[in-house]
Amino acid sequence: MSAPDLDALAADLVGRAAPGEGLEVAVSRSTSTTVRAHGGDVESFTSAESFGVGIRVVVEGRVGFAHAGSFDEDVVADALAEARDNATFAESDPWAGLAEPDGVPSAAIDPWSPALAAVSADRKIALALDLERATRAADPRIRGVRVATYGDSAAEWAIASTTGIRATSRATTAFLSVQALADDGASTHSGYGVDLGRDPDALRPDRVAAEAVREATRLIGAAPVPSARVTVILDARRAATLLGIVAATLCGDAVTRGRSPFADRLGEVVASPLLGLFDDATDERSPGAEAVDGEGLASRRTALLEGGCLRAFLHNSSTARRAGITSTGSAIRGARTLPGVGARALQVVPGDGDLDEVLARVGDGFLVQSMHGLHSGVNPVSGDFSVGADGLLVRGGALAEPVREVTIASTLQRLLTDVVAVGGALEWQPSGTGSVPLAIADVALSGR
Amino acid sequence: MIDHDLLRRTLEVALGRGGDFAEVFVEDVRTSSAGFDDGRIEELVTGRDRGAGIRVVVGGGTGFAHTADLTDTGLAEAARVAAAAARGAGPGGRTVGLDRSRRSDTVAVLDPADVPKARKVALLQRADAAARAAGPAVVQVSARYGDARRRTVVANSDGVVAESDRVTTSFSVGVVARGDTGLQTGRESLGRVAGFELFDDHDVAELAERAAARAVRKLAARPAPSGSLPVVIASGSGGILFHEACGHGLEADLVAKGASVFAGRLGQQVASPLVTVVDDGTMTGEWGYLPLDDEGRPAARNVLIDGGVLTDYLYDLVRARQAGRAGTGNGRRQSYRHLPMVRMTNTYITAGTTDPADIVADTDHGVYVAQLGGGQVDTASGDFVFGMTEAYLIEGGRITEPIRDGNLIGNGPNALAAIDAVGNDFAMGSPGTCGKDGQGVPVGTGTPTLRVPALTVGGTAA
Repeated sequence: MSAPDLDALAADLVGRAAPGEGLEVAVSRSTSTTVRAHGGDVESFTSAESFGVGIRVVVEGRVGFAHAGSFDEDVVADALAEARDNATFAESDPWAGLAEPDGVPSAAIDPWSPALAAVSADRKIALALDLERATRAADPRIRGVRVATYGDSAAEWAIASTTGIRATSRATTAFLSVQALADDGASTHSGYGVDLGRDPDALRPDRVAAEAVREATRLIGAAPVPSARVTVILDARRAATLLGIVAATLCGDAVTRGRSPFADRLGEVVASPLLGLFDDATDERSPGAEAVDGEGLASRRTALLEGGCLRAFLHNSSTARRAGITSTGSAIRGARTLPGVGARALQVVPGDGDLDEVLARVGDGFLVQSMHGLHSGVNPVSGDFSVGADGLLVRGGALAEPVREVTIASTLQRLLTDVVAVGGALEWQPSGTGSVPLAIADVALSGR
Repeated sequence: MIDHDLLRRTLEVALGRGGDFAEVFVEDVRTSSAGFDDGRIEELVTGRDRGAGIRVVVGGGTGFAHTADLTDTGLAEAARVAAAAARGAGPGGRTVGLDRSRRSDTVAVLDPADVPKARKVALLQRADAAARAAGPAVVQVSARYGDARRRTVVANSDGVVAESDRVTTSFSVGVVARGDTGLQTGRESLGRVAGFELFDDHDVAELAERAAARAVRKLAARPAPSGSLPVVIASGSGGILFHEACGHGLEADLVAKGASVFAGRLGQQVASPLVTVVDDGTMTGEWGYLPLDDEGRPAARNVLIDGGVLTDYLYDLVRARQAGRAGTGNGRRQSYRHLPMVRMTNTYITAGTTDPADIVADTDHGVYVAQLGGGQVDTASGDFVFGMTEAYLIEGGRITEPIRDGNLIGNGPNALAAIDAVGNDFAMGSPGTCGKDGQGVPVGTGTPTLRVPALTVGGTAA
């Protein structure tokens, strides 16, 4: 298949709309490479090109959708017919509909590195092999590496609609990750390191290896500790995980349907005054940066928490219509899905100090290294929060004994109000979040 | 679905730079779903995805490419890319004969594609009405109907050509209830490798009533206890315990990399003598039913732990070749865009002899878990967690008050060795999706009622 003009393809399909029919077409094309290294060899090398097309039909508030994984005319024509047919079975929704151009100009960002296309297969392989070698060589207690991975992708997409949306977007990413296994003869512990950039030149393999090695080795000898109420410290990566869960409860789909513990609390203080949180996909430093959202509206900055006060929810065009406001440009989607709502590039308002300074300020507590069972232990409707954890005790501001097989529990509501320290060292996570270390008081630690 | 001669030619191109093994996996998936939320039929979605994944194995390395272009030229190009990625240096020219033909036909009686969409959306309305009938505390109901037909052909340089046609049908209901204590949720799901006849045997109204009753009951829940307690796990959804506590650790790829606590322990007592763990892709109709795996190998009933003794691991084709043994029918992939790896099918523990009521009566103070949600395991340390979505206190041998959602945490080998009661009431649990290295596949789990004398309950109460 020759490289089709995505924008023209989307516009051509929109041109097939019947009178009175709302039609939105999203098309995407991506190429990707994944190299997995293990035992000094390439375990697998994957090279791929993918296509996607998603067609949303809206007729009198009835929504139908169909998607396909190829641009073949017969498949695309089928998808359009299916989307139309599907719309006839939906019930009319007064808030359903396509996004309308809102006049907000797109940020002049282009998170695309032309250099990626010129990177040779040999260099990609070398990056994965070198990462595995560096991880193994870093410490005698590293007994193995489960896998060291180099991956990259270059994705382009276009969206067009009968309401006059016409947008294109593109992004490149490259990442390195490694999972190290440390062993003291009695037990094995794993540690994970990852880094992400727009192309391989932006990656820091030494840092990835060091992170995985540090995390695996410092858990050697870990054991459960007695149950207690503790101050929990999250490094920037784990804080980003928690804040991502919180942001999901601030999304229009959950909020307008009464499925969020924060649904009725707009304008109220819901968090510690130390905590500020916003979403801003126009910040080119974020891996989630993109000029437009999943409905083709310009990305923009939305303050969620300011000094602990809940300022806004995130919305796509449908949930915004229902809430009686305008979209915050927070539609997220692949070509194969209907637009949802989500944070695209969360950012914490930084406080002061790096992780060590936060530990010093807290004095005694529990530094969480990993949280397990987030999908089963966090109820985003009730706010109940209970996850498995490992990490290290903190005593007098210094790291002490390693801990495993414990849980930490609270509610999302209490975790936010109990934040007692916000670090100042902003670190960008692969999820797109710009995060800092956080300390949260009075969390129930369950152990032996 | 695709001309066998084209598959054969593609394999020969894939082996053009030499190589020990080549495979073409062709997939054509059609999905349809309908969602109900907030009092209305919200959206119907139809999907179509077809393409091919081609891999070439050279020594311990694999080259893989996939394409949505199933023409002669599209497949040949993907085969050349896979061969280059495998970095073979040998001569090509090997010929392939496809003479080991296998086939697995759909077991669906009523193909969902032949069912009018109106009948599918009527199920959603029926579920909504049944859930809302549970009372004014029910404030939100969502329901989802889904079906999929996945047709695959896998051909490889060993001469195997295996065609598979798999139809699945599923339904789920989620209910939100509101009370003085805030919001609570209840969820039930149903899914089988079957057609629309699924609903002849299962009433979605009943499913919705169960989900609603659960959400309403949980409004009275108090904070879960924290600390180490005896835990009685009800039959059915508790099977996730074994999926996490030992299933993943018995996957040969993780074992070979030393990333499993069960590595090197074949023949050893790794669990209580009460425990026999089986992975079984032959259970017709179950969510993990896989008569031919995604590498064309027939499913089997594989006994992994027998009376507490570790008897075998799970294998895919590559790991079995490396180990010089036969596979176990556990090579699976999410789609043609993914490489196969070792995965579970239906994993369960076999029934014991104890009356489940006696297990509760014999527990002085602990937690009774009526429904488990998902879980996660660190296979290297064996530490696992899984979420309680309906649980109660056990006081004086009786099930008493409901407790709020939370996670349980334990260590696989320790928990398996400690199990001290296994009931006679085996049941399969809800359909699940197992995630590993970014790929999700459908799996089944099952268990009788059982007791673990000490698991850490991750609550907030003292």
